[in-house]
Amino acid sequence: MDSISIEGTPKTPTISLDAGTGIVEIKGRSIPENSIEFYKPIVEWLEDYSKEPQKLTTVNIQLEYFNTSSSKCILDVFKKLEGIKKARNEVVINWYYEEDDEDMLEAGEDYESIIRIPFKMIEIVD
Amino acid sequence: MSFNIEKLFNEMKTGEILLAYKGSITAELITNVLGVVETKLNHVIEKSSTKKKIYNILVESLQNLYHHVDDLPDSLNNMDVHFGIFIVARDGEDYNIRTGNFIKTEKVGKLKERFDKIKSLSKEELKELYRFVLNNQMFSEKGGGGLGLIDIAKRTDGRISYQFDKCDSDYSFFRMAIIV
Repeated sequence: MDSISIEGTPKTPTISLDAGTGIVEIKGRSIPENSIEFYKPIVEWLEDYSKEPQKLTTVNIQLEYFNTSSSKCILDVFKKLEGIKKARNEVVINWYYEEDDEDMLEAGEDYESIIRIPFKMIEIVD
Repeated sequence: MSFNIEKLFNEMKTGEILLAYKGSITAELITNVLGVVETKLNHVIEKSSTKKKIYNILVESLQNLYHHVDDLPDSLNNMDVHFGIFIVARDGEDYNIRTGNFIKTEKVGKLKERFDKIKSLSKEELKELYRFVLNNQMFSEKGGGGLGLIDIAKRTDGRISYQFDKCDSDYSFFRMAIIV
């Protein structure tokens, strides 16, 4: 299946979805007015990928900012990943947050409490 | 006494103003404002986490305006469509984000109720509510299904206040002030 690569903008994150390596990356800012439109192809790609995933899927989420309109879409991404894990595949989620960014750490914990895949919280130190 | 938007805008401009805007709220405007404010914040604030908090709240409050501004009352139809006000000001150690927009008076009661509920919650309760709404509420094309206000309250420990001023028989002006 195809891989997806989307370059970031001031309001949308850089996306890299690689079916060959099983690496999923979302980095940067996610503050669009219409998040559903932006995340639609990503959620659809994960839906396809989940039919034949790699044994190990590695997810790197490194967001500087995200708005509440994105938060539900990001949850949809995690729900797809939860499905992949439930089908007995390994899924590792790395949640990056900048030093002192308590709010972003807490956001990771919010998702972790909902989707029940353990997150690896990684602090980025300058 | 009649409603006067200029007077109200001036009333809202207290403290050291970093930015004050009155007019149409569009997606392009939000992009531009965020760019300007970010540059400004980089100059005046050292602490990265404070900058982020302000930026995040600004995103939520501007997008709240963008999604929820009601059409204008007839008595004010000489003004821009999608009209809103927002102000970023410094008041001593605190940063203030203030927004204003017209809403239909029939919605005031419900909005007040929602505000008072959110303001009454403890930090832990806000966290629980945020998680619950995130996981259970249907989201609309418009946005976060009410998560915005909870998010702002969470980030500011509930330091949000509001005020409604009646404009004419159908419309009120809604003001929100957030302290970071």
